Amino acid sequence: MKKSIILSAVLALMSMSAFAQEGQPWIHDPSTIMECDGKYYTFGTGGGGLISEDGWNWFPGAERPGGGAAPDAMKIGSRYLVAYSSTGGGLGGGHAGRILTMWNRTLDPNSPDFGFTEPIEVASSEVDEDCDAIDAGLFMDPTSGRLWCTYGTYFGFIRIVELDPLTGARVEGNEPVNIAIDCEATTIIWRNGWYYLLGTHGTCCDGVNSTYNIVVGRSRNVTGPYLDNVGRDMIAGGGKMVVDATDRQFGAGHFGRWIEDEGVEKMSFHWEADLDRGGRSVLAIRPLLWVGDWPVAGDAFSDGVYEISSVRRGYALELAVDFVRHDIPRSRFWMIDPNEPVVSYPNQTLEEVVATWPEGEIATRCGDWMNRPHQRWSLTAVSEAGGYLGGQYYKMCIEGTDRVLAAAEGAEVVVVPEFTGAPEQLWRIEQLTDGTYRIMPKSVPGTSRQYVLTSVADSTPSLAEYMCGSDNCKWVFRRK
Amino acid sequence: MKYIVKIMVLLACLTLTFPADARKKKVDLIEKYPALAPYFSMPVEEAVQPDELGFIRRWTLMEPIEKPNPTNTVFVDSYIRENLDTGWNKGDFKVPQDGGAWHQLDSKLFNVKLYRYAVGTGAGRYGLIFRAVTVIEVMEDIENVRLAVGSNSASMWWIDGEEALILSGDRRMVMDDGASKRITLKKGRHVITGAVINGPGMSDFCVRFIDEKGNPVNGYQILK
Repeated sequence: MKKSIILSAVLALMSMSAFAQEGQPWIHDPSTIMECDGKYYTFGTGGGGLISEDGWNWFPGAERPGGGAAPDAMKIGSRYLVAYSSTGGGLGGGHAGRILTMWNRTLDPNSPDFGFTEPIEVASSEVDEDCDAIDAGLFMDPTSGRLWCTYGTYFGFIRIVELDPLTGARVEGNEPVNIAIDCEATTIIWRNGWYYLLGTHGTCCDGVNSTYNIVVGRSRNVTGPYLDNVGRDMIAGGGKMVVDATDRQFGAGHFGRWIEDEGVEKMSFHWEADLDRGGRSVLAIRPLLWVGDWPVAGDAFSDGVYEISSVRRGYALELAVDFVRHDIPRSRFWMIDPNEPVVSYPNQTLEEVVATWPEGEIATRCGDWMNRPHQRWSLTAVSEAGGYLGGQYYKMCIEGTDRVLAAAEGAEVVVVPEFTGAPEQLWRIEQLTDGTYRIMPKSVPGTSRQYVLTSVADSTPSLAEYMCGSDNCKWVFRRK
Repeated sequence: MKYIVKIMVLLACLTLTFPADARKKKVDLIEKYPALAPYFSMPVEEAVQPDELGFIRRWTLMEPIEKPNPTNTVFVDSYIRENLDTGWNKGDFKVPQDGGAWHQLDSKLFNVKLYRYAVGTGAGRYGLIFRAVTVIEVMEDIENVRLAVGSNSASMWWIDGEEALILSGDRRMVMDDGASKRITLKKGRHVITGAVINGPGMSDFCVRFIDEKGNPVNGYQILK
């Protein structure tokens, strides 16, 4: 019994590795992730925050003075602006809040340039006012260069004020505008002519029983009205779901957007509780998808056996080996005895075909998906290989064999007989904003350029520079 | 060894030994076989360019070789190597003895209708192997291009005698179905050869060079 419990725990840990950031990603109310000198940073409630060198392994070490609740951060020019609330008394508190901003030239606490400026107050709320000035969210309007800050919690309104992007101070004479109720941890993002107001709904700070979830409304104007998908104004409580709980993690809150590349976006937030991590509040990073001009959280990629199909034609990635016919008796349908018992036949197995495969390196190609052994890819996260923002590197091998996909000299792809852990055998798998995936080797022999797996012809996979919008670079994973 | 092969290939290009029979005979195939007229014409200009989409329309085709097959599903990679890669276009590029005469034609379509060629010349209908050759002249090096092919049914292709790609299985002719690895077309002449095999059904192929973005490459000439 004990052994089975241990085994279950180990299996849970193994599967967990693909879902959650590794290291010590303990944080509550994380700020939008910032990159500074090749490292990633996020700040949390209570002061301090996390640092990651690769975007996958996170450890404490970020420094933010001032305590208080739910900071946000933004890089403006060569400086970083951090906004936070010095208060945060909870639902039963007095609701007198203050939003403060401060600057730093670097986020690296070990840098001689590190040092926050004196915080300045940019918004506030009085006791029993219809607002509680906490949970700041910063937004730079790409259409105008104007800087905005949203703030507030369940007690009263979510408000927006305008800040001066040079000083981080409130624009003189600017008055707050009420834009939502019944949420907190708001932030605004912009895309395709829409302003999106993301807020966190539900119960906070109750561990595994927190119902926290992230919702969204959108507007053509930065000051609203922000309507959800059924036309409800967020000032009337509207909001469309962006992310809610998984089977093991609960309480998604405090959205932050990260644009990795054109067509590749990620969202950071916290889980109030992760059952695989002692029920702690942890940093989460998921793909950010756009469906019908609405943001929605993508899937956390995980180990498994997959069909990998090119979006270009729909052909499946496979070994370039002889197609072996599956010898199942064929019935002439016009001669079938309706009373004859129906037989279920097995799929073709690896043992039936593997002897026909050549030794050594084998070319790759794409072909009609037939669920044959040379088309079934087993993907396993390689935890010792580090990662990238929100993901781990994967080994991509033909199921039941050691044959793995590898980038090759000349920016081509082959399948080699054995996994060595070499960087050309490690694959970065990122879900694109349209829900498909791009597949990128950690490195390509003979070049320092970054390439992605690309269909250069319907049947020919290769490596090429990522081109957003081209179906040649997009792949679909179907779990088997 | 590779260099020796390349030099031999180059010499072969310069002397154009390969389509020599066709040139010597100067047979007007269209006049002789009017059924070809909707699909082919006799080459007139000394050199032509690929069409707007980069397709090579000038090919020297060998009279097809009989190779009966009741189905196209047998065309797996090893079958193709065994039956199409018989060394016929390697080395000194002498006209192989295992086939008939060679005829240079310009295709009126982007794809070369092998079935019409076979039927039109009375050489057969199904169960055939076709061989095709063309010689191109590149004025300046063109880097990072791929030979992109579609064929019905399976086929194998070479550039200057070196294997470029295989399209195996029961293929339908699709533009850019398969592509070679990146190559640099060096200034000078190059020989592109292909062999297409078909059991029952239509047979044809289309060939062009594409660049890194999949766009057609047409900065070269196809020689007569």
